[in-house]
Amino acid sequence: MTTAVDPAEETAADAGEGWRRLSPRMLAVHPVMELRRLIFPLLAVLIGLRNGSGVDGGWWALGIGALGIGLGFLRYFTTSFRITPTHVQVRRGLLRRRVLTVPRDRIRTVDVTSNVLHRIFGLARVTVGTGRTDMKSDGVKLDGLSAAAAENLHRELLHRPPVPSSVPPSPLPASSLPASSLPASSLPGSSLPSSSPLPASPLPASPVADAGSETTLATLDPAWIRYGPFTLSGLVAIGVLFGLGSRLVNESHIDPAKIGVVHDSIGYLRDQPLPLAILVVAAAVVVFTTIASTIGYVLTFWNFRLSRHSSGTLHVRRGLLTTRNTTIEERRLRGVELSEPLLLRSVHGARVLAIATGLRVGRGGDRGGSVLLPPAPRAVAVDVAGTVIGDADPLTVALTPHGPRARLRRFTRAGTVSTILILVALATVLFADAPAWVFWSALVLLPLGLLLALDRAASLGHSLSDHWLVSRFGSLVRRRYVLRTDAVIGWNMSTSVFQRRVGLTTLVATTAGGHQHYAIPDVPDAEALRVARTAVPGLLDQFLADRPVAPVNSRPVA
Amino acid sequence: MRLRPPMNRVSPRALWYWAARAAVLWIVLLVPQVIWWFADGDGARTPHLIVGVVWLVLAAVHMAVMPQWRYRVHRWEATETAVYTQSGWLNQERRIAPISRVQTVDSERGPIEQLFKLTSVTVTTASAAGPIKIDGLAAKDADQLVADLTVRVGETTGDAT
Repeated sequence: MTTAVDPAEETAADAGEGWRRLSPRMLAVHPVMELRRLIFPLLAVLIGLRNGSGVDGGWWALGIGALGIGLGFLRYFTTSFRITPTHVQVRRGLLRRRVLTVPRDRIRTVDVTSNVLHRIFGLARVTVGTGRTDMKSDGVKLDGLSAAAAENLHRELLHRPPVPSSVPPSPLPASSLPASSLPASSLPGSSLPSSSPLPASPLPASPVADAGSETTLATLDPAWIRYGPFTLSGLVAIGVLFGLGSRLVNESHIDPAKIGVVHDSIGYLRDQPLPLAILVVAAAVVVFTTIASTIGYVLTFWNFRLSRHSSGTLHVRRGLLTTRNTTIEERRLRGVELSEPLLLRSVHGARVLAIATGLRVGRGGDRGGSVLLPPAPRAVAVDVAGTVIGDADPLTVALTPHGPRARLRRFTRAGTVSTILILVALATVLFADAPAWVFWSALVLLPLGLLLALDRAASLGHSLSDHWLVSRFGSLVRRRYVLRTDAVIGWNMSTSVFQRRVGLTTLVATTAGGHQHYAIPDVPDAEALRVARTAVPGLLDQFLADRPVAPVNSRPVA
Repeated sequence: MRLRPPMNRVSPRALWYWAARAAVLWIVLLVPQVIWWFADGDGARTPHLIVGVVWLVLAAVHMAVMPQWRYRVHRWEATETAVYTQSGWLNQERRIAPISRVQTVDSERGPIEQLFKLTSVTVTTASAAGPIKIDGLAAKDADQLVADLTVRVGETTGDAT
């Protein structure tokens, strides 16, 4: 293991090739930051010290402090960067040495920030963003340049006078995109102006105040509220209420059994035979979920309206108490997702979500931020999704099934999982003294698994047209993805041992929007290749097997 | 019509790198067993021995088979227009990204990699699901690859989303 950076290498790099260091003032800041990171061990040791564990604790604290300061110094001496006419490069790390290279063409944002500590020393942190939509923060980050140098760098990288990076996107000039010209060809995929990194922004009030026409694509029909109970959002509400209740009980030291209603109902249930008690509880849960889900639906989607503005944006407005407005630029739209959870599907309902860059799917507060249509009749959902992408075919076209081997895999997988669970149940009965009915009721998993497999096999399918890649799979949540083919920015083809034996591939299209990757599971090898070749013409031709292959070596093919 | 594997193998030293990485994993898995051995001072030793033997057999098989298998699978290729890799062993994956969609080219040498003078190169695209990682390149090849790729990426324009 190497112990230190080779000094010769460092000086050489510093002297030539334009490698630069961070501001030396960071020698004061880094150790403080590292110490802040080590605050918990330090505190633990110091508390231990006060509780009289003696001299040892003092040494520990000193040691941890020294470690922090040492790490801080190391960070300074192991970080360097350079800016060439074409690239920005950052080197860092001692044990894990990394060189990050960003072509300047790909730089979309340059953020200059400084916290209190930075400001005391007149420093700033420069973060170079390429528009990668994931949240990994360890991109090109230059933590600590002098404020002037940071400002210079900012200007140098963007080739223009600095603009505040927090300005929200202004409505597009009317010339940028006529609303009617939707099909893929008119949506620039790679020649976007590098103006603002924010494609979608929840606006505080109704965003439509300026000129330009607006077409309403969908509004909430109060009859749709009947789909509320089938969304299961009520189960979440029950969980939250239950959690709140148990905390209240814990904090207030009230014995719940002493409250009249609770006491009475527990007593009532205790007097009933077990199956009846279970039925009663289940019925109560169902009733409560239904009510809660319906209320949830109304709260979230009341006043829902989806509209298209002639300047090339989609607007979603919804909410009863909290009004949410979301604006999606259509040139950021990469496709749509038709989502049919099992319960909703059983009553012919569906939801529509947008696949757009800069929008995240299913995460914390942003959850549902990309909703284009709340649970609604399937026909309406298909219609709205088709209107949004300007082409109804991808949503209605019959999908190519993946063949008998893919179907069989659904059954073997469901069968394997049920069998394992049943064996676990059997083991608990035999070895852990669980009652015998645990095993007998586990047997239900076999027919359930069979049904699930049947449904999953029926869902599986894909289709490819000139502009759209369509994939559908899943049972508990069946999803149909419709993705623009020019939004595909790479292919991953993964095969497990079992898939290779039967010649199936999981073809994954990677993209910059939505879930970031959209899979076509268990598609026959030849069909996977056909889809990949057709959707992104020219990319795979050079890697086909019938072309002459040069002998294997370990040199780059430069 | 099939896709052929990428042209270049990784460095043979990667065999040792993968074995060392696996060794670290198996040693970590040994820790709870040791704790269990001492915490359970008076209990019967048979369960301990059974778990120990299972550990030994799995570790030996894994470390004997996995590196060889990986070495046969892991391949890479960078052309004027695309990066193409193949990796894995039981589960294998091929990843292809057009150069025009590449956003950053990173090289990385972790502690174990430095031991075997290896470098890994990661090519990222605008998709969080699309990074293409080439493990176990000889440092010289990695530097060459990074240099080639950065030039080619610089030649394409646009923001690659």
